[in-house]
Amino acid sequence: MTKSKVFWATIAPTAAILNSLLFVSIILLFRGVNPLEIFQLMISYGFDPRNVVSEINATVAYYLAGVAAAIGFKMLLFNIGIDGQYRMGAFFGGVVGAAVNLPPVLHVLVIVMTAMLAGGLWAAIAGYLKVRRGVSEVISNIMLNFIAAAIIAFLLSPNLLGSLPPGSQNVQTKPIPLSGQMPTFKMFGGEVYSFLFVAIFVGVAYWIMLNKTVFGFNLRATGLSFRAARASGVNAPGMIFVTTVLSGAIAGLVGIGTLLSDTHSYSMSFPSGFAFTGLALALLGRNHPVGIFFAAFLWSFLERAAPVLEFEGVPPEIVIVMQGTIVLSIVVAYEIVARINLKQQQRAVGEANVEALTEKEAK
Amino acid sequence: MTTKTSAALKPASKMKSFFKSPARITILIAGLFLIISIVEAITGAVDITSPGTSGATLRFAIPLLMAGLGGLWAERAGVINIGLEGMMIVGTWTAAWFGYLHGPLVGFAAAAIFGLLSGFFHAVLTVKVGIDQAVSGLAINLIAAGGARYLSGIFFPAAGGDRTVSPPVDSFPTFTVPIIAPLLESIDKANIFFISNLAGILLGVTKDISLVTVALLLFVPLTSWILWRSKFGLRMRFSGENPMAAESLGINVYRIRYIAVSISGMFASLGGAYLALVASSVYREGQTAGRGFIGLATVIFGNWRPSGVFAGSILFGFTDALRVRQSESVMSLVFAAAIICSILTIFYAISRRWKPAGISAIGALITIWIHQSVDVMPSEFVTVFPNVATLIVLTFLAQRLTPPAMVGMPYKRGSE
Repeated sequence: MTKSKVFWATIAPTAAILNSLLFVSIILLFRGVNPLEIFQLMISYGFDPRNVVSEINATVAYYLAGVAAAIGFKMLLFNIGIDGQYRMGAFFGGVVGAAVNLPPVLHVLVIVMTAMLAGGLWAAIAGYLKVRRGVSEVISNIMLNFIAAAIIAFLLSPNLLGSLPPGSQNVQTKPIPLSGQMPTFKMFGGEVYSFLFVAIFVGVAYWIMLNKTVFGFNLRATGLSFRAARASGVNAPGMIFVTTVLSGAIAGLVGIGTLLSDTHSYSMSFPSGFAFTGLALALLGRNHPVGIFFAAFLWSFLERAAPVLEFEGVPPEIVIVMQGTIVLSIVVAYEIVARINLKQQQRAVGEANVEALTEKEAK
Repeated sequence: MTTKTSAALKPASKMKSFFKSPARITILIAGLFLIISIVEAITGAVDITSPGTSGATLRFAIPLLMAGLGGLWAERAGVINIGLEGMMIVGTWTAAWFGYLHGPLVGFAAAAIFGLLSGFFHAVLTVKVGIDQAVSGLAINLIAAGGARYLSGIFFPAAGGDRTVSPPVDSFPTFTVPIIAPLLESIDKANIFFISNLAGILLGVTKDISLVTVALLLFVPLTSWILWRSKFGLRMRFSGENPMAAESLGINVYRIRYIAVSISGMFASLGGAYLALVASSVYREGQTAGRGFIGLATVIFGNWRPSGVFAGSILFGFTDALRVRQSESVMSLVFAAAIICSILTIFYAISRRWKPAGISAIGALITIWIHQSVDVMPSEFVTVFPNVATLIVLTFLAQRLTPPAMVGMPYKRGSE
């Protein structure tokens, strides 16, 4: 039983990745290069120890975005606002971290809490609009992403919360002092963020929360059927709001690894596009903490291995196309698997009915 | 039940009758315009009603309008199209590349065809396969952005362009409306209060305008006619409101949605083509800059009506034009908003409606405060005005909006 469950859970992602590889191969053939050679090159470059370290660090951020999206998905919420929530978290984490002066561990804790609070509060706007005003979270979050970016761009100006280090063109928040920084540790000859452990903790906590707590049960119940959950005494609108805020709080952590262990200040050069990535990873990993991890590693692997394509005359942006087709293939594959399962169930019910009838006639 | 529905409908129908009357709308616009003229006379900033601003407004509004019409077509048929941004990218790229090879007209035709295909792709995924409409749209955005960058890297450097910029394309001929435009120009120069301001605005939309602009504008009345006067439009709206009932009356919902979503892609793509060929003369990476999403916002802002989408795109295009031109004019607009809020406060106070009076009084205080304390409006806030405005509309007017009832819901034939 569990074996077939694992089979059905992994067949769709595997099929999706293979389908995407096939699609990209065709594009590469048009370019006149051998796709197998290209993939081989990407693998050897991507597993180069130096690149593995930066892949692990990128995985930390992607993983948190994926978990944030998965929390939303469990409630049938489409949290496309992860991008804005992450920006708010990283920005205010950076601002508060530079402004306060605390003993080492407490300082980091305050930054992390601020980031979660900022991300959660920003998500709360969408949650409020959804619960009280019936506004689709997709539309409100798209608008909120743009607004978050504008607010931060405004606040980052040097005479407000930002600063312009001498000899630099890049406005950024003031640097976080040593007590608020997080150490890195050596692995494969590189520096891995110790925020990795926070990400692992978040993954474990997500699994326990979902499967072992009353809150998680209510969350899943509301996601499966809003009305049934409400009828059995769950405060379903309240659950939607809390879930949105929780998802936003996790999204607020996405940029913190880079902030605390690498840059020590937030700037406009922080990457964007985490919303779609998070949703894609949650879909690919089936909202499961382990599945999301593999998906996140795949994503950062593809991104870090892409630059090598340049030497072969292939624009590295092909990787973006590949990521997009993986997502489309995965949702199509889930749809097909669901249809097959439905058909099997219907057949099973039909056969049971026939059996029951023949038994009746035999009597 | 009946009393409940009629009570719920009352404010909406009241609003409707107020805005439906053409005379009222004319008076409102004239009043608004008078206030802006007064502000310009007081502050001495004349950029709001200059021909340059109105011309730029139109140029910035057309891409938003086309994206908005695209969103409208898809959503009226019941499919939400978040892939508008990606479809616009398809338009900018194909228009620039085919325009470079065979001239701008072919560029436009290519953008229409590839846009149609991208819309059809979205339709296959959401209608036939039945995957989540938001996932499909987002994936299309990603694939279009990545694909455009990939293809630019291959084709443009060899053709004298850059990895991110296409080689330049010939521009379209422009024309000036004879007799009227010179007349307006002389009135604008005469500097008469109110009349010159009006002439300035009209001059901007009659002098040196592209034929493409006029052609694309015609899609607004055409969409209106199709939606409310044609058999296909009725079926399309029916598919968005209640696909199951539509199917039970013999309407092929799948086919309607295929057509509507494909056309949606074509419109968005034409908006992109306009950006590449008329608003500029090259494809540039990141040229669409989130305009597809603002197009989505105009659909909400325009309450799922072609005329509303048009009004929304003009408003958002205007803010875009102000952003590039002068930030002082934004401050005179804030001043105008303060005057309007004060007038509304007095109006509501006289008619003893205290709640709206209070809200407009707060609005007046905030705008006056902004005008007094801020010298130059930060460009970031001008840029996100459309997004903020849409959120405000959704927050306070969500109950008055009338989106298609089943928009975003997957529909499978034969299921409940």
